[in-house]
Amino acid sequence: MSEVKKTVAGIDIGSRSIELVVLENGKVVDSRRVPTTFDPLAQCRLLLADLPDLPMVATGYGRKLLVDGLPERRMTAITEIQAYALGSHHLYPEARTVLDIGGQDTKVIALSPAGKVLKFEMNDRCAAGTGKFLEFMATALQVPLPEFGDFALRADKRLQINSMCTVFAESEATSLMARGEKAANIALGLHLAIVQRTLAMLRRVSDTPPFLFAGGVAHNACMRVLLAEALAPPLIIPEEPDMVGALGAALYGRQQPAG
Amino acid sequence: MPTPYDEMWEKLNLDLQAHEGLLAVLGKFYGDIYLTQDKRLKGMEYLDFVLSEVHGLRIKELQEAKAQSRKIIGTFCVFVPEEIILAANGVCVGLCAGAEIGKEAAEKILPRNTCALIKSFVGFKLARLCPFIESCDLVVGETTCDGKKKAYEIFADYAPVYVMEIPQMKNACDRDLWKAEIRRFKDKIEEITGNTITAEKLAAATTIVNDRRRALQRLNRLRAASPVPISGRDVLLINQVSFYDDPIRFTQQINKLCDELEERVKAHQGIVPENTPRLMLSGCPMAVPNWKLPYLIESSGAVIVGEESCIGTRNTRDLVEEKGQTVEEMLDALADRYMRIDCACFTPNTERLDNITAMAKDLKVNGVIHYGLSFCTPYATEAFKVEKALQAAGIPMLAIETDYSMEDVEQLKTRVEAFVEMVR
Repeated sequence: MSEVKKTVAGIDIGSRSIELVVLENGKVVDSRRVPTTFDPLAQCRLLLADLPDLPMVATGYGRKLLVDGLPERRMTAITEIQAYALGSHHLYPEARTVLDIGGQDTKVIALSPAGKVLKFEMNDRCAAGTGKFLEFMATALQVPLPEFGDFALRADKRLQINSMCTVFAESEATSLMARGEKAANIALGLHLAIVQRTLAMLRRVSDTPPFLFAGGVAHNACMRVLLAEALAPPLIIPEEPDMVGALGAALYGRQQPAG
Repeated sequence: MPTPYDEMWEKLNLDLQAHEGLLAVLGKFYGDIYLTQDKRLKGMEYLDFVLSEVHGLRIKELQEAKAQSRKIIGTFCVFVPEEIILAANGVCVGLCAGAEIGKEAAEKILPRNTCALIKSFVGFKLARLCPFIESCDLVVGETTCDGKKKAYEIFADYAPVYVMEIPQMKNACDRDLWKAEIRRFKDKIEEITGNTITAEKLAAATTIVNDRRRALQRLNRLRAASPVPISGRDVLLINQVSFYDDPIRFTQQINKLCDELEERVKAHQGIVPENTPRLMLSGCPMAVPNWKLPYLIESSGAVIVGEESCIGTRNTRDLVEEKGQTVEEMLDALADRYMRIDCACFTPNTERLDNITAMAKDLKVNGVIHYGLSFCTPYATEAFKVEKALQAAGIPMLAIETDYSMEDVEQLKTRVEAFVEMVR
């Protein structure tokens, strides 16, 4: 049987950013990212403008929007659970537990050795403990978001912050500032609070290493350090942790019969 | 728009304008969720009709019954022995508690973190939107959970409430308590109706209720076929309607529907392809018009083949033994049957775990979705044990906690779809 060249695209429409991965015969030939903004469909059109007609798989919270909104494209949809499972297993077949912290939700996925989803959990309607929470807190402490993790790592003390609700945590941080606590210490306390919550969810789903940490929040240095500290090594962090969903979606498209 | 029932509703002191709005929303919701279904059974037309007349014709029947001095007894729980009510020539209706109605008013007299079901029955009353409650001569509460138990104290300021004590364990002394409670209930019903419950009347009432259970059991056996011949939504609706329709008429209609279903099963006809993932619901009751999760599940490429719930098999699984000759023997049979209910308010409640596992295996489900109402501690806590029991049986489970609002629909969809992808 002759090898047919197969090109597919995966798009992950998250709450904060949209990622695109194009696979050609299993190799990534293109990857892009744009912010989601208030008009994700327009952003997707822009992102896909120069791409030819090829099979596409959408994932992320905006997957349905894309299937309905771009009828001219050959588009199917899968959930981000399946997308992250496929992407993670492809990059690191040894990974057994996937932790994905995105802009508005956190997911934990237990994988079988063959990469099948065994169990998963997602936070519900509240965005506590997600990228959104970090973003709010970075703003409250007047630190640019990309530097927030490094900033927190400069702490000299571990403060306990109990509140996971963004509003309450902010007032807790404000009282700590009023007590003269260093901003870096407060920042570390906020990161610790997320890690604690995440670990509780993770342990409900799976305790099996190796753990893989993906999603936009995996760029945060402090989160990486704290999770590596708490979990059995090795903690796998993909080179582009926020592209795993789009990659998984594209891989799903690759498995589908041509047509 | 004027309807033939306006005068009746006004007499019942309903808020006519808000009620019209409620019926419009309900009609639209029903149309979207139910009437869009493919290959629906002809027999479902009866259910469509009953639902469209839920606040109309059925209420008119209740008023006619009242005019013949029959008493209307409202209930909120499958523990209340309907047989006693029917034996005293009363009418038993399960009360509305499945919509987010009068929430603000309810939150003035109840804590905000009260489950949606409790807020709903209080809200329906405060907003004057439920003609069933307004028709009731007595509303029977029960001590199944702390939320309900304490809410009935407050509710008693607004409606004629009577509370039955439900035991929380299943030892001999608990059974004694329950038998005493059934007797106390019988006295109360005799007093309010002015009718004495004789052995003959109680036997007849027991047969009526058992016949309805038998019809629903038959439905559950037939719907388990592969390919699945009826949607889970439709079966849920049938179970919901069983709580307020006339029991004899309902049983006849459901048996007719089952005849049709039998033909369909014989012809190997399904409403979805044979390889559609089969899921089972387990947990809290879904009262009318709470169709949110079933609709979402069946829109995500799966089909529901069982409801392990009070509005489901918990209400229909066990029959009352019909061998008794005296009232006393019949009360014993009632006590025994109702003590078998595996509500999460009991401790320990291992029979529920066994029942769920057995049901999931019998129905050959690909997975179970455990449904808990937010702030329902008994079911939320028991969900952990259910998951463990199912895991031991190799059956995956997804735990969902939600309420009647629509704000979390997208998040729920993602989880349900991911679960369907996982079990497929």
